[in-house]
Amino acid sequence: MKSSVIIFPGSNCDRDMEVALKKFGFKNQMVWHNDSGIPKSDLIVLPGGFSYGDYLRCGSIAAKSKIIKSVIDFANSGGLVLGICNGFQILTETGLLPGILQQNKYQKFICKNVYVKVNDTGNKYFKNIKKKILELHIAHNEGNYFCSENELKSLNNNNQIAVTYCNENGMESSEFNPNGALCNIAGIFSKNKNILGMMPHPERVIDKSLSSNDGNFFFQNLVENFK
Amino acid sequence: MKVNVIVTLKEGVLDPQGKAIQQTLNGMSFSEVKEVRQGKYFDIEVNIEDEKKAKAKVEEMCKKLLANLVIEDYKIL
Repeated sequence: MKSSVIIFPGSNCDRDMEVALKKFGFKNQMVWHNDSGIPKSDLIVLPGGFSYGDYLRCGSIAAKSKIIKSVIDFANSGGLVLGICNGFQILTETGLLPGILQQNKYQKFICKNVYVKVNDTGNKYFKNIKKKILELHIAHNEGNYFCSENELKSLNNNNQIAVTYCNENGMESSEFNPNGALCNIAGIFSKNKNILGMMPHPERVIDKSLSSNDGNFFFQNLVENFK
Repeated sequence: MKVNVIVTLKEGVLDPQGKAIQQTLNGMSFSEVKEVRQGKYFDIEVNIEDEKKAKAKVEEMCKKLLANLVIEDYKIL
């Protein structure tokens, strides 16, 4: 299983992601944003961070970078593309995922653990996952997911809402929604579910010495689904 | 020639920064302020002299990069 993590100027979760991928058996390679192509991969990851300083809109400059054409081609040919946090913002700016991540409702940078519920298991990311409510870490200023009514309808109809904010028992309410995201959305899939964008960082919680190790469930499962 | 563009959030889209500015202005006793919407202003110098052609080019830039049409509108001045 080969993975590629794309590094943009300002990415800062690229190495955490590599550590997580390698821990679970991926043979990972780091790819610079200015490279003209991506080595053969089973999975491409757009990591978290502040690509290009979040200039203009978060992810908007990365979405026009040299490497992104290869990412789009890979995604359109059915390849698995995972975008975490800024990676999710980049995916919406490329148009690979619908909607946009707006500024948090209460104008604060949020850095804490949250619970998210896995809503759909008919995909390579969450099929057979052993735990459906995961305690993951979020760290963002623009995580307030928004899309048009038609897009939301289409997300619901195709089961594209991947993960939603909830409490530890899986209950959803505005109280457990940290950033004001539409319908408590923390992550979404593309139509054919090969692309996943989500605000929470599973790569930050992969060891019991950290505040949670629920990221293990995510990566372990992802690896199993590749076998 | 120079082309100027203003990008603003669409009506109905939450603007937390605009809201904070409005509340601050109210707190500074500008009680007449009912709403503030914050936007972005671009000053773009292009090497096209024909105004129509220059604006058409800038419009393309707006659609492709400067504005995200999910939540933003653009106005070429």
